[in-house]
Amino acid sequence: MEQLTILLIVIPLMCAPITALIPSEKITWALTLIVSLISLAISFYILYEVIDGKHVIYELGGWRPPWGIEYKIDSLNAFVAVIVSGISALACLFAYRSVPSEIDKKTIPLFYAAFQLCLLGLLGISLTGDIFNLFVFLEISSLATYALISMGKHRKALTAAFSYLILGTIGATFFLIGVGFLFAASGSLNTADIASRFSSFEDMQLVETALIFMVMGIALKAAIFPLHSWLPNAYGQAPSAVSVFLSATATKVSIYVLLRILFDLYPVEYWVDMLLPQIMLSLGCAAVIYGSYRAWQQVEMKRLLAFSSVAQIGYMVIGLSMLNELGLIASIIHLFNHAVIKATLFIGAGILLYRANTTQLKSLRGLGKDMPWTFAAIALAGLSLIGVPGTVGFVTKWYLLEAAVEKGLWIVVATIVVGSVLAIAYVWKIVENLYFRSKRKIHIHDVSSGDDGVAKAPKTMTMALWIGAIMCIIFGLNTELSFQAASSAATALLER
Amino acid sequence: MSYAIPVFLPFFLAALFAAIAPVRFRYLLILVPLVNGILLYVNADSLEPISIQLHTFTLQIMDVGAAVNEQDAKLSLLFAYLFHLACFICLIYAMHIKDKVQLVAGLLYAGSAIGAVFAGDFITLFIFWELLALTSAFLVFARRTKAAKTAGIRYLIIQILSGVLLLIGAISYFQQTGTTDIGYIGLGSVASWFFLIAFGIKAAFPFMHTWLTDAYPEATPVGTVFLSAFTTKVAIYMLARTFPGEDLLVYIGAAMTCFPIFYAVIENDLRKVLAYSLINQLGFMVCGIGIGTALALNGTVAHAFNDVIFKGLLFMTMGAVLTRVGHVNGSNLGGLYKTMPKTTLFCIVGAASISAFPLFSGFVSKSMVMAAMIEAGHDYLWLMLLFASAGVFHHAGIKIPFFAFFAHDSGLRPKEAPTNMLIAMGIASAICILVGTYPALLYSLLPWENDYVAYDITHTLTQLQLLFFSALAFVWLNQRGLYPPELKSVNLDFEWIYRKLLPSSGNAVYRLASSTKASCFSVLVYLSNTIPTMKRGSDANAATMTLRMALGFVVLVVLAFATQFM
Repeated sequence: MEQLTILLIVIPLMCAPITALIPSEKITWALTLIVSLISLAISFYILYEVIDGKHVIYELGGWRPPWGIEYKIDSLNAFVAVIVSGISALACLFAYRSVPSEIDKKTIPLFYAAFQLCLLGLLGISLTGDIFNLFVFLEISSLATYALISMGKHRKALTAAFSYLILGTIGATFFLIGVGFLFAASGSLNTADIASRFSSFEDMQLVETALIFMVMGIALKAAIFPLHSWLPNAYGQAPSAVSVFLSATATKVSIYVLLRILFDLYPVEYWVDMLLPQIMLSLGCAAVIYGSYRAWQQVEMKRLLAFSSVAQIGYMVIGLSMLNELGLIASIIHLFNHAVIKATLFIGAGILLYRANTTQLKSLRGLGKDMPWTFAAIALAGLSLIGVPGTVGFVTKWYLLEAAVEKGLWIVVATIVVGSVLAIAYVWKIVENLYFRSKRKIHIHDVSSGDDGVAKAPKTMTMALWIGAIMCIIFGLNTELSFQAASSAATALLER
Repeated sequence: MSYAIPVFLPFFLAALFAAIAPVRFRYLLILVPLVNGILLYVNADSLEPISIQLHTFTLQIMDVGAAVNEQDAKLSLLFAYLFHLACFICLIYAMHIKDKVQLVAGLLYAGSAIGAVFAGDFITLFIFWELLALTSAFLVFARRTKAAKTAGIRYLIIQILSGVLLLIGAISYFQQTGTTDIGYIGLGSVASWFFLIAFGIKAAFPFMHTWLTDAYPEATPVGTVFLSAFTTKVAIYMLARTFPGEDLLVYIGAAMTCFPIFYAVIENDLRKVLAYSLINQLGFMVCGIGIGTALALNGTVAHAFNDVIFKGLLFMTMGAVLTRVGHVNGSNLGGLYKTMPKTTLFCIVGAASISAFPLFSGFVSKSMVMAAMIEAGHDYLWLMLLFASAGVFHHAGIKIPFFAFFAHDSGLRPKEAPTNMLIAMGIASAICILVGTYPALLYSLLPWENDYVAYDITHTLTQLQLLFFSALAFVWLNQRGLYPPELKSVNLDFEWIYRKLLPSSGNAVYRLASSTKASCFSVLVYLSNTIPTMKRGSDANAATMTLRMALGFVVLVVLAFATQFM
C-alpha cells in the first residue's frame, strides 16, 4: 500500500525519458495514456483507502521525517491526485488526433515526454509532505509547462511561453524565498514537523514574511486576481491538448498548495490576524466579477474560457477565505467540478479548432448545426459552468451560497448571483455564435477542396468530449464521491 | 390500478413527442391532459408520494398521500385539476396552428405548473418555478415580432429574478429552520420577505405587475391563453400555502383590485385591458388569502378556478379576433358581431362571468371573498372591493364585447373563428354557465369546510343592483361623450419607472459623477490612469505583473506590520 504512493511519482519519471527516445508518435501516445491510466487507478485506490479520514505515510529512502522526505496522504492529497491523473487521461485521449494536427511530427515524442513530466510534477505537488520537495515538483511541472506551451501552433505561442516563463519563475522564486525563510526560522522542511513546533518560533518576524512570500508566489501560480494576466495568453496559445490538461489541473493544484500552506502549515488564527481572509475574500469577489466580465468581452473561444477560469478560481478563493467548513467543502469540490467542466469545454474548443482551424467565435458561426453532438456537449458543460441544477456547477454554488448565508456574508451572495448572470452571458455568447447566428460560409484555411461541409469530429475526440460532458451530469446528480472526499478533507484541514 | 408517476411527467413526455413527431400528429396531444386528468381524478385518494435523492437533500416531487394534511392535499389536487382542464382547453384552442414551438412550450409550461403545485419542498418548487419562467417566455417569443421579442426578454428577466429571490429565500429559510418543506411561513424573518417578494412578483403585486401587462398583450393568440392560466395561479397557490391570514395581503389585494381599473378603462389594446383585469381578479384572491378564514380561502380557490376559465375564455375570444383581424385595438374594431356571431356570444358569456352576473361562474366565487371581507370587519376594504366589482363590469364586462363586436361599424368583415377555437370557447362557456348554475359542483372540491350558499336574496339583489347601475353609468357616460374614448395612446404605468426613470436617473447619476470627476480632475485622472483600460485583448505584460507582485507584497507586509499593534 505505502509503496503504491511512490509509484505515482516513479512511473512517469521513468517513462518520460523512454518516451523521449521512441520515434513513433503512436507508441509514445499509448505510453502516455497507459501512464495516465495507471496513475488514475493508483490514485483512485489510494483515495478509497483514505476517504474516511485515514492517512497513508511513505518515507522516501527510509529516512525518518523530519530529516527525510515524507509523503503523507490524506483524502485531499488523493482527491487532487485523482483530478490530475483523471484529466491527464482525458487530455491524452483527446490528444491522439489533436496533437499530430498541431505539432510537428518530429517533436511529438518530446511533447509526450514533457507531458508526462508535467503530470509527474503535478502529482508530486499533490502528494508530498515536504515544502522544499514541493518546490522541486513545482519547478518540474512549470518547466515542462513552458516547453508544452511553446509548442503551440502560432508563433505567438513562443512569446506567450516566454512571458509565462518569466512570471512563473518569479512566482517560484517568491515561493522559494518563503520556504528559505521558514527553514531559517524553524530548521525544518517537513510540513507536519513545522506545524507541530510552530509556537516555538511564532514570534519571529521571519515567519510572517515567509508566509507572505509563499502566498504571493502561489497566488501568481494559481492566477488569483490581479495576478492572473499570464493565464489567458498561456492557455489561449498552448496546443489544444495542453490547454485541456493545464486549465483543468495546474491552477487547481496551486489552489491546493494554498490550502495546505494556509490551513496545515500555518495555524489559521495566525493569518486571520493579518486580515488575510478579508483581502482574499474581496479579491475572490473581484475575480468573479472581473473574470466573468472579461470573458464576456472576448471574441475568441479559448481566451473566453481562460478568463472564465479566472472567475472560477475566484469562487475557490471565496470558498476558502470564508473559513467555515461549508466554504472549504465548496472550494475543494469546485477543484474537481471546475476541472471537469473546463476540460470538457477546452476539448470542445479543441475539436472546433481541429475542424474549422480557428476558434474565433465570428468564424465559428453556425458550426453547431454541422456538429450537433459536439455542440450539445459544449452546451451541457456551459450549463454546468452557469450552475444549472443537476450539473456539477450547481453543487458548488449550493455549498458556497450555504456557507455565505451561514456567515451572513451577503456581499458573497450578491457576487455569486452577479457572477452567474455574467456566466449566462458569456456561455450564451458561445451558444449564440455556434448555433443561433446564421451560418456563414466557414473560412477554412489549408483545405484544398472547396467543400464547405464540415466532417464529423474524430471518434477519440468525441469520446473524450462526451466522457467529460457526462461526468458533468453524473457528478452533479450523484455527489457522493466528491462530497465525501471534500468533506473529509475539509474537516481534516479545520481540525488543526 | 394505481397512479404512481409524477403527474407532470406525461406533459413533459408529450412535449418531447410534440417536438419529435411530425406536426400532423398534434391532435393526439389533446388526449394527454384529458386522460391524465381523468386518471388523476379517479386515483385521487390513492396517490403515492414520490421523491428523488439529490446531493444532500431530497426532492419531494409528489408531496401527496397520508403525510400531507387534508387541506393541502385537496388544494394541490384542485389546482392540478384546474391546470389539466386549462391545458385541455388551451390545446384544443391551439390545434389550428402548426407552430411546434408554441405546442412544446405550452405543454412544458402546463407540466411545470402542475409540478409546482405538487412540490413538497422549496427546492423542487424552485426548479419548477424557473421552468415556468423559461418555458412561458417562448410563448411570448413565438409571436416573432420585435415588440414581442423585447417584451419577452423583459418578462424573462423579471421571472428569473423571482426565481433567484425564491432560491435565496429557500436557503436562508433552510439555515433558520433546518428544513425546506413547504408549509406555513408567515411574515417576520428575512427569508419570509424573500418568499413574499418572489411570490409577489409572479402574483403581480402592485409595482411588480408590469411584466404582466407588458408581456401578455405581446404573446401569440394561443400563448396569451396559456399564460393567463398558469403563472399567476401557481403564485396564488403558493401564497395560500405559505401566507394564509397575513394581514398585509388584504391591503395589497385591495389595492390590486382597484388600481388596474383606471388603466383598463383608458387602454386601447383590448388584450392589455384583459391583462389589467387579470390583476384586478388576482386582487380578490390575494384579499381572500389575507383574510385567511375558511370561507375566504375557499373563495380564493374557487375564484382562481373560475378566473382561469372565464379569463381564458375572454383571452380566447380576443385571440380569435387577433387571428382574424390582425390586431385588437379598440379604436379600429367594432361591428364584428355581423360576421363573428358565435365568438360574440362566447365573449358575452365570458364578460357576464367576470362581472359576476347571477347564473354565471364569477358570481358564485367572488361573493365568497366579499362575504368573508365583511365577516372579518374590513368595512372600507369591502367598499373598495365593491367599487372594483363595478369597475370590472365596466372595463371587462361591457368594454370588451362592446368595443370589439358592437360600437361603431368599423367595416371589418372577418371570417368566423376557426372551428377548433369555437369548440374551445364553447367548452369554456359551458363550464362558466355550469358552475354558475350548479355551484355545488365546484364547492364539493373546495379544501376547507364549506356551507356557503351563493344564491340568497340579499346577495343576488345587491349584485344585480350594482351591475345595473354600473351599466347605467356606462350608457350615460357614453351618451354624454364622457367615457374615455378608444384612442391610440401611450398610457404610463409604473413600468415607466423601471424602463425610463431608472435608466435615465442612472444616466443622471453617471453625468453627476462625471462632472464631479471633472471637478477633482487631477486626482481622479491620476487614479484612473493607474487602472488599466480593459480592452478586449489587453493583458498586463510581465513587467506590470511583476510590479503587481511587488505592490501586493508591500501591501501585505505593511498590513501584517500594522495589525501587530492592534
